[in-house]
Amino acid sequence: MITVTDLRKVYRQGNREVVALDGVSLEVPKGSIHGIVGHSGAGKSTLVRCLTLLDAPTSGSVSINGAELSSAGHQDLRAARRRIGMIFQHANLMDSRTAVQNVAHPLEIVKTPKDRIRTRAAELLKLVGLAGFENAYPSQLSGGQKQRVGIARALASDPDVLLCDEPTSALDPKTTDEILALIKDLTARLGLTVLVITHEMHVVKRICDSVSLLAGGRIVEHGKLRDVAANLGSELSRTLLPLPAAEPLGSGAVLEILYSGDRASEPMLTSAARRFDLDLNVLAGSVETLAGTQFGHLRIQLPDGADPAPLAAYLEDQGVSVRAAGKDAA
Amino acid sequence: MNFIEDLTTNPGITRALPEAILETLQMIAISGFFTLLIGLPLGIFLHVSAPGGLRPMPVANRIVSDVIVNITRSIPFAILMVSLIPLARLITGSSIGPIAASVSLTIGTVPFFARLVEAALRDVNAGKIDAALVMGSTRMQVIGKVLVPEAMPGLVAALTTTMVTLVGYSAMAGIIGGGGLGRLAYNYGFQRFDTTVMIVTIVIMVILVQAIQWIGDAAVRRVDHRTAATAGVRKVRRHEPDTTIGV
Repeated sequence: MITVTDLRKVYRQGNREVVALDGVSLEVPKGSIHGIVGHSGAGKSTLVRCLTLLDAPTSGSVSINGAELSSAGHQDLRAARRRIGMIFQHANLMDSRTAVQNVAHPLEIVKTPKDRIRTRAAELLKLVGLAGFENAYPSQLSGGQKQRVGIARALASDPDVLLCDEPTSALDPKTTDEILALIKDLTARLGLTVLVITHEMHVVKRICDSVSLLAGGRIVEHGKLRDVAANLGSELSRTLLPLPAAEPLGSGAVLEILYSGDRASEPMLTSAARRFDLDLNVLAGSVETLAGTQFGHLRIQLPDGADPAPLAAYLEDQGVSVRAAGKDAA
Repeated sequence: MNFIEDLTTNPGITRALPEAILETLQMIAISGFFTLLIGLPLGIFLHVSAPGGLRPMPVANRIVSDVIVNITRSIPFAILMVSLIPLARLITGSSIGPIAASVSLTIGTVPFFARLVEAALRDVNAGKIDAALVMGSTRMQVIGKVLVPEAMPGLVAALTTTMVTLVGYSAMAGIIGGGGLGRLAYNYGFQRFDTTVMIVTIVIMVILVQAIQWIGDAAVRRVDHRTAATAGVRKVRRHEPDTTIGV
């Protein structure tokens, strides 16, 4: 379990103070994958560096499985870091080491016996699907293969926690999905607790159980993926279920509706249209399965002059979130 | 007397030259060895203690930096060498000869090499150091297992440049008592206007520098795995990864 409490980081820039993290608290339960998303400049990088104490936080605490990192001495900190596996955007492999030697690196520093290192490193490479690439240097591997080596290396010390810093941001879409599937699969198999920091909503959709939105050094929205997605109008919901901009066709009222779960499988929109005898026009829509639940997010337009209130009330009665969207709502 | 005949009979070549070559090689080997021994840790210290380094020590870093800059930039090497003669006598018991000259040669080239080491280490991507630290490495492990191995191509190139510089410095040291090829060129070429010895000395110096450069370049290629072209020393079995998971 990862627990972060009221983490603050203030940088000095000349005489100016820059607040990079302004009281971040979060908790990732054991065995789950939590995503932290935010635009560049939101504090993501600072947060990663503070979580591993590569940068010392100004105040607040970080603890991993109850072991406090922020107040630990050098030796305790090193021991605690060995419980963390970390994956980087650019893998950060050693160019002078082969794949198997890279995976062996974390084992060497704790003086694991040589024959044990060799079997374990080979095992790990096999686990990430790179059997046969033991003696390849990173420069001979593709971006996705490098990231696989990075994952094998992160797992070498049998960590409880996996920190992923933009793990797929440098990869193409197909490789991204392969790497994400690997992370999800390993998480389930090894019972890891995972924190993924990313600017790609795709990563969150694919693997996260819960998500936090970081903005201006604060967590402004957070929750289980299905809860935040169902919260119509929230920033996370809008980025998880984005609607393309589309001009309304006339002057009829425009509604934004969001439904999930069982509702998604029922033809409630057509039944509502029939019930009120309205010709509804779908302006934009997004239907996705997130954390095993299907979500639909639509922007619909009523005919000119029709009153949206009864329709909205009916839909809400059916468990659908509704809100009025102005013409500029796109 | 023609040139070819002179080559085989001139005592400056038949008798003095072999000894001079040996002395020059001796100077380069001894001072090269000690430059590496002292300069490498010094360069590591400069890098690690710099602001934002692995173990920042602003004051100590400043002092060492200033001393190095002053030795290399302010004092011309010829003057530095003369001024170090008492020190050479103290350490080696003699103020002349290749071994005595190696003392001042070492002190003259250590700062130069240390700066090159520092620059080579600075080229190591900070992300690799982060990765090693997050693994739980100690600072010494970061230096020994990441910084130095990852900077190895740059370090070997730095050593090559330093050795080449040493050839030039050793010739200067020869003139003020060190012996070797510098002394030979000065005694025969300058004082006796013996052109044959002069030309032979120059040719040998060029060959020596070329040889050092060739060996150095070959060594860099050997330790450089940063690009696929240089990493391809060993053949890798190519096949698609047998992915453990279905997407």
